[in-house]
This record gives sequence, C-alpha cells and structure tokens, in this order.
Amino acid sequence: MMPYVELKIYSNKELIKMTTQESQEQIIKEFKGLNNWLDKYGHLIVLGRNLPAIDVKNKTADTLIRGCQVNTWFHSTFRDGKVFYEIDSISLIIKGTAVLLLRVLNGLTPEEIKNTDLYFIDKTGLKENFSPMKANSLWKLVNRMRADAAAYAKKEK
Amino acid sequence: MLRRKIYGEHLVYFDNGATTQKPRIVIDTVNKLHSEHNSNVHRGVHYLSGQMTEMYEVARIKIKDFLNARSSQEIIFTSGVTASINLVAYSFGEAYVKENDEIIVSEMEHHSNIVPWQIMCKRKGAHLRVIPINDKGELLLDEYKKLINSKTKLVAVMHVSNSLGTINPVKEIITIAHKNNIPVLIDGAQAIQHEKIDVQDLDCDFYAFSGHKVYGPTGTGVLYGKEHWLNEMPPYQSGGDMIDRVTFEHTTYNDLPFKFEAGTPNYIGAIGLGVAIDYVTGVGLENIRNYEKELLDYATAKLMAIDGLRLYGAADNKACIFSFTLDDIHPYDVGVLLDRMSIAVRTGHHCTHPLWKHYGTEGSVRASLVFYNTFEEVDLLCDALRRIKNIFKQGIN
Repeated sequence: MMPYVELKIYSNKELIKMTTQESQEQIIKEFKGLNNWLDKYGHLIVLGRNLPAIDVKNKTADTLIRGCQVNTWFHSTFRDGKVFYEIDSISLIIKGTAVLLLRVLNGLTPEEIKNTDLYFIDKTGLKENFSPMKANSLWKLVNRMRADAAAYAKKEK
Repeated sequence: MLRRKIYGEHLVYFDNGATTQKPRIVIDTVNKLHSEHNSNVHRGVHYLSGQMTEMYEVARIKIKDFLNARSSQEIIFTSGVTASINLVAYSFGEAYVKENDEIIVSEMEHHSNIVPWQIMCKRKGAHLRVIPINDKGELLLDEYKKLINSKTKLVAVMHVSNSLGTINPVKEIITIAHKNNIPVLIDGAQAIQHEKIDVQDLDCDFYAFSGHKVYGPTGTGVLYGKEHWLNEMPPYQSGGDMIDRVTFEHTTYNDLPFKFEAGTPNYIGAIGLGVAIDYVTGVGLENIRNYEKELLDYATAKLMAIDGLRLYGAADNKACIFSFTLDDIHPYDVGVLLDRMSIAVRTGHHCTHPLWKHYGTEGSVRASLVFYNTFEEVDLLCDALRRIKNIFKQGIN
C-alpha cells in the first residue's frame, strides 16, 4: 500500500511557479507512483477534497453545468491578461479531476491555454480508465475552459 | 455476456432494472430470423412473408397467454413501455378527456408515466393529481381515495417502483377506481420480470411493459388494453398496416390490434420476445419469485449491516431492487468506484425526480437483481462498498 504522505498537495503559489509542462509531468509522476486504479481514484478524491471552495456568489444557476447526475459549477475571470478558473462539483471524483486541470491551465494567457496539449490525460491512463472521462465530464470542463479563454482573447482584441 | 470480464474481473451485473441480459435462445432466434427468414409481415403473398407473419402472430398469442388476456386482439406490439403509455395518453386523451378533467398518477412514478399525461393534460386543459407516498415508499391509499372525484378520467400507476422496489397494491387500486367507473393503466416495466401478471385477475384496463426488461430484445414492448377501450380509442400513429380503405377524402381503419400498429412493426423483436416469454415460463415465474425473495432478504440484511448505508424503500411488499446512499459520498462517486471493481449499478435519479424530492435528496445508487444473480455477488457488492468507505475515509486504500 502506498503511504499517502508522499503525495503533495500543491498550494496555488507553488502551482503558479510551475510551467504547464512541469505540472503535467508532476501529475504523470504522481499517478505512476500509485499501485492500482482504486488508489488512483483515492488520489483524485483527496485532491478533490482540497479544491478551494468556489466563491458563493459564483455558484449560481448561470455557472451550473447541469449533468444527468452530477452538477458542476464553473466560473472564470480575466486578470492581467490571464485566465483564472473556479470549479466546484457535488462529486469528489469530478472535483479531483478539476484540480488536475486547474494545476495545468489556471493562470495562463488565452493563447497559452489554446496551445496547451493536455498530454497528461493520455499518459496517466485517465482517458481509458476513468469513467468520468468516458462520460465526458473532463472534456466538458476542458471545452468550457478553452471557450472562456477564447472569448477573453476575442474581447481583448 | 454474464461471463464477461470488466477491468480483468468477472462482471457483477446489478443493473437489471435498466435492462436484463438475453438468454442464448433469444439471441440465436433473432440472429436466425435475420439471416435466414427475414421478410416483411402481413400483405405479402410469398412464402417467407407468410411464414414470418405466422411467427409474429404466434408471438402475440404467447403474450396473450402470458398475461392471460381474453384475446390476442388486446395485445398491441410497441417499441417499449414508454411508447405504450404515450399511445394511451394520446388516444385515450383524444377520446375521453376534456377541459378540467383529472388524471391520477403517483409520487413514485417514472418520468415515462408522468410526462405523457402532463403533455396530454396541457393539450386538453386537464390536470394531474398525485397520490403521495409515506417514507417507507408505499402509496397512501387513503389519500388516493380522496383524490377520486367525478372529474377523474384515468388512474396511471406503476406496478413496481423502479427506484425503490415497492410492489404497489395495484389490484386494490384498480378495485377502488372501478367502483367509480374509472379505468386504470398499470406500468409493468419493473413487475413483468419478477412475478406472474394476470390482467383478468387484476382487471386492469391497460397494462404496459418493455420486452428488454423481461429477457427479450430491446426495442420491443407491449400494450395490453381491454378490447372495448381499444375499439373506441382513435389511432395514435398512422401509416401502413393500420388502414382498412384510404381515399384522399377519408380513411377507415383496420381492426384490432393492427389499428395501433402503424408501419412495419419490429416483427423479429416481437418473435424474440415470444421466445423470451417461453424461456421465463420454462424457468417458472414461481421459481423466479421464490429465489428472488431469498436474494432480497439476504441482500437487505447484508446491506443494512454496513455502517453508514441508508436504504431507501422499506415497503412490506418489495422486489429485488436496492436504492441506497453510503455515508455522505455522492452516488455518482460510489457508482464510479463500483464500476472500477467490475460491479455494474445505476446511479442518479432513475428518472423519478419527484420521488427523490420527497426524500430531499438528488438520487441514489441502485442495485437491481434478478434470478441469475447470486448470493456471492451480493457479498462482492458489500465488500466493495466497505472498500469504498475506506477509500473515502483515508483518501487511499
């Protein structure tokens, strides 16, 4: 059994310092270090618990992505040319998934978001092994993140 | 199918409420009909068409016998229980429902037995009335009696709750309605695979079920209707096969049951359903019922022993369906982890939003078992749920 202490929860400050590539490599390393898929889910669940709560004023009907089973809230802001996201969900597994995406894409410019190849999804095996991915929850989030970034880029011009 | 491995482990299939797996004989029959016998039913003068028509009509007789209907004219083939209910909602509504009339449904209904009535009520200016339930998940019959009045035109209730497993006292519900000359439709989607249905004994006016939930092919379904209702009701869909004579000025309709079977029916599916019915009859509904009762008692005791598990639906008369939540873990997360442990369940609201509103929650994990499930599989589910509790407790198992 993998002792959980080896898995570090990164603070926002630390995350911002990492490049997108470093973040993705770090995620791949974390998942490689876990013995089986249940441990990997366990890791997502712990990450999900540590997702900072969304600002209540941003948790509205407008920011709700209504799923058949799972409601997820998604909100973004644009500051100093960078996009910042807030995500919340009633499912810890989806929240954990959101944490991974935030670690890679949060605080980037719209151009960077557009150009980031999210190769960690493939390399961690998340793509074929996680039913939330099959259910498109992850891609729904990725699409929303990219769409908002594109909208900010358009506004800027 | 049931011997399949999922993620390298043997599949535990506990999603029978959504659909049941098919016996080999049903799969082989459907394949054989497609590969060696296919030809459109009715109208054809040639050998193959005649043969297929005969098999299709024999399937109808099998369903008639299975339900103990009076005649095979009372058996309409549809695409499933949803189509059957939509047919009645439309055709019965056209014939009998006027402004300010009322239709009674219950709080535990599947959306398929709510929305078609709602749409019909909207079209006709009529209103839906709802029989409430108690916290055990049983219909409140005294409240039901109070809802009945001179404006009530039809009662539509489910035989067995897909979310809770409650077996409703449909015979009593029908007797009460009939005392007031009100017809009753029974949604038998979750009952047909568990117990013997005798439409003459129940005296229901309509009984609807889906073939794929009783080990038959998907895309098949049945509407049983008393002949006089079906005769008086106008057709639902129109096209080929349902006509008698067509001119541009006027069309007269075919006799029952063809009046309600417009277009080419799913004849191969219907014949496959007939074979599934033979299979179920061969196993014996009494045997199925007895075994499933043992499974029900065993699984109920096992699940209740899990700390933090809340079981919804504690009706005295219940089918082998278990709806539950585990600690404060979202049902979706439980379902995702069970999937990873090769256990197939359903999670969410199970198409019964109003029911979950009653319980003040958004849904549950549902394990629905049938006679091919085993006691060992129940143990696997319980072990898996304990593991999930630990994963959530510690973050990692």
